[in-house]
Amino acid sequence: MIGLAHYLTVAAILFTIGIFGIFLNRKNVIIIMMSIELMLLAVNINLVAFSTTMNDLTGQVFALLILTVAAGEAAIGLAILVTYFRNRGTIAVEDINMMKG
Amino acid sequence: MVQVILFLPLIGALIAGFFGTKAFRQMGSDAEVYADHSAAHDEHADDHAHDDHQGYDGPPWPMYLTTALLCVCAIFSWVIFWGFLHEGHDQEIALLPWITSGALKAAWSIRLDALTAVMLVVVNTVSAVVHVYSIGYMSHDEHQPRFFAYLSLFTFAMLMLVTANNLIQMFFGWEGVGLASYLLIGFWYERETANAAAIKAFVVNRVGDFGFALGIFGVFMTYGSVEFPVIFAHAPDAVGKTIHFLGHDWDTLTTLCLLLFMGAMGKSAQFLLHTWLPDAMEGPTPVSALIHAATMVTAGVFLVARLSPLFELAPHAREVVTVVGAITAFFAATVALVQNDIKRVIAYSTCSQLGYMFVAMGVGAYGVGIFHLFTHAFFKALLFLGAGSVIHAMSGEQDMRKMGGLGPYVRITQVMMLIGTFSLTGVGIPDFPGFAGFHSKDAIIEASYAGGSTFAFTLLVIAAFFTSFYSWRLAFMTFSGPTRASKDVIEHAHESPPVMLIPLYVLALGAVVAGFVFQNWFMGEGQAEFWGAAIYRSADNHILMQMETVPLFVKWSAFVAMITGFALAWLFYIRDTRLPKELAALNQPAYKFLLNKWYFDELYNFIFVQPAYWLGRLFWKEGDGAIIDGFGPDGVSSAVVATTAQAVKLQTGYVYHYAFAMLIGVAAIISWFSFGGTH
Repeated sequence: MIGLAHYLTVAAILFTIGIFGIFLNRKNVIIIMMSIELMLLAVNINLVAFSTTMNDLTGQVFALLILTVAAGEAAIGLAILVTYFRNRGTIAVEDINMMKG
Repeated sequence: MVQVILFLPLIGALIAGFFGTKAFRQMGSDAEVYADHSAAHDEHADDHAHDDHQGYDGPPWPMYLTTALLCVCAIFSWVIFWGFLHEGHDQEIALLPWITSGALKAAWSIRLDALTAVMLVVVNTVSAVVHVYSIGYMSHDEHQPRFFAYLSLFTFAMLMLVTANNLIQMFFGWEGVGLASYLLIGFWYERETANAAAIKAFVVNRVGDFGFALGIFGVFMTYGSVEFPVIFAHAPDAVGKTIHFLGHDWDTLTTLCLLLFMGAMGKSAQFLLHTWLPDAMEGPTPVSALIHAATMVTAGVFLVARLSPLFELAPHAREVVTVVGAITAFFAATVALVQNDIKRVIAYSTCSQLGYMFVAMGVGAYGVGIFHLFTHAFFKALLFLGAGSVIHAMSGEQDMRKMGGLGPYVRITQVMMLIGTFSLTGVGIPDFPGFAGFHSKDAIIEASYAGGSTFAFTLLVIAAFFTSFYSWRLAFMTFSGPTRASKDVIEHAHESPPVMLIPLYVLALGAVVAGFVFQNWFMGEGQAEFWGAAIYRSADNHILMQMETVPLFVKWSAFVAMITGFALAWLFYIRDTRLPKELAALNQPAYKFLLNKWYFDELYNFIFVQPAYWLGRLFWKEGDGAIIDGFGPDGVSSAVVATTAQAVKLQTGYVYHYAFAMLIGVAAIISWFSFGGTH
């Protein structure tokens, strides 16, 4: 029987993968955005799992909201990326360090 | 009337100083107009003696105003003096309360007695003629109003000094004249030497003033007051008492008098503190005549005379005064023998004559000393202004080796200078009327013998011989013989304008008649009545009577010294002009010694100036730079910079580093609230 604990475990694993995707990634910004997406989905799994367990629909409503926000975020992020690439000619994470002190 | 005398110079100085100067005139006016004006005046300045770069382009009223006010003061002073010659009565005029602090009370007030009256006459007369003279001498100077403002300011400070009724007011005047002297020596501030001389005069005077200030403190400690009437009334109370000073118990009055005399030594350029006076000749010549010959430098003599009730009770202090005066008279005369700068010769002569005055003070003949102060003011100011006229004629040349044969070109100046020389060397036959200096100087020599100081007497007679020699040397080298000036200069040699000659006439009159006319009041039969309470002589001071009975050789010694000096100068500088050079070559070390003024400047440079520089550098580089700045501002800032340099490394600019930091932070906060924060 697959219980709450399994869902939470999967979500935690996904979330951790997302975090490591951000930190260990040396390639390009798109991967960072995919990692963020992954973390949001992990949170969604949590919300939906808790919602089912506790019989409260609010969690699922929240999950839908997060999906919407994630879509928006992906659209804006990709738009920024495109503009950035036009200006700089690169989206490699190593080269994006203008905020260096 | 005396209030008017006191404050007219101040008013003149303020008006001329604030409203006459270029800065004030330029306020609100177009600066370019001024540039045009000064260009037009340049051609006038070219043929003039001074090194003014551009002529004076302002209105002449500041100089006429100050001069007119000073002339009024001079006339009033003579009226007051005249009153004291006949039916004088001492007055104390309160002006304003000033300091009231516990037991210390000092008020602005005027002490008007015979001594003050004499000083008023000296100060205002010389100041007035110097103002008049300066109208001619400074006519092209760019900063003319400033000059006249300073002169009047000086006069005010000097009047404050001589009319003071307490030591603090006197100190005010004392410092005021020091300030004015500083400003006027450094009047041509573009010259580096003038600035150095001004600073030197100021610093050396501070050494003396240190003693003077200590003396004032001591007087207050002893008598509980700084007011002259109180001090004089209680002066005998301190006889035989001791004062604790520098870890020892000293005789009170001797200590006080010596400290006060230290101030007098600084102001009057006495031996060891004399080095500033010759350098002060960097100032304009009228300034030398007024401040560094006739008035300010005699302030020390005046101080001793004013405090005669104290000095009279301190015989040991008076011995020191005598010895210092005698050494100064001798020392300065020897140096004057070989100097080549016309003004420096007269400056050393002044120094020497001040020594004479102090000898008179030291042996208790206060009236005689003040008498010499009085006559000296006339003939020394005359000599200085005459020298100024010569320098004017020589297009600014001051070196006597480049003069000679000027007599025919500046006949009037020559005659005036000769009158001054006659007076300074003391021409006159004992028991007959002579020039002014004869009456006063010979009286001092007699007083030194009568006072029992053979040491002082010997030095003074030798100094009189030297005085005669260097004075005639100056006269001969300047006016007689073939000229040594360049052709260009001698062609331009011209007599000064009347505005510069009239002051010479006035002073020459004083240099001739001041001696026998006033002798009776200053030190003759009328002296006791004339001085009244202004000068105190204790019951066992019989110096004036003893002077009457000195042996014949004493009376004639000064005369002989004067004649010999003249004869020798004539031999050296008229008859056989090769002699001085040969003598100098023969006695090279002695000549160098005198030419370098006994090496005092070098000695002081070595003992005081260099260590002061060294100490200053130590404090600057090590104390301030290394310690204060090192641990203070510089240290803190470098620590901050080093820390931030480390902190900056954390700021990589990579987004994922920041995100990681945020995550660690969030994790830490959550952990804290989960496990640590909730007790």
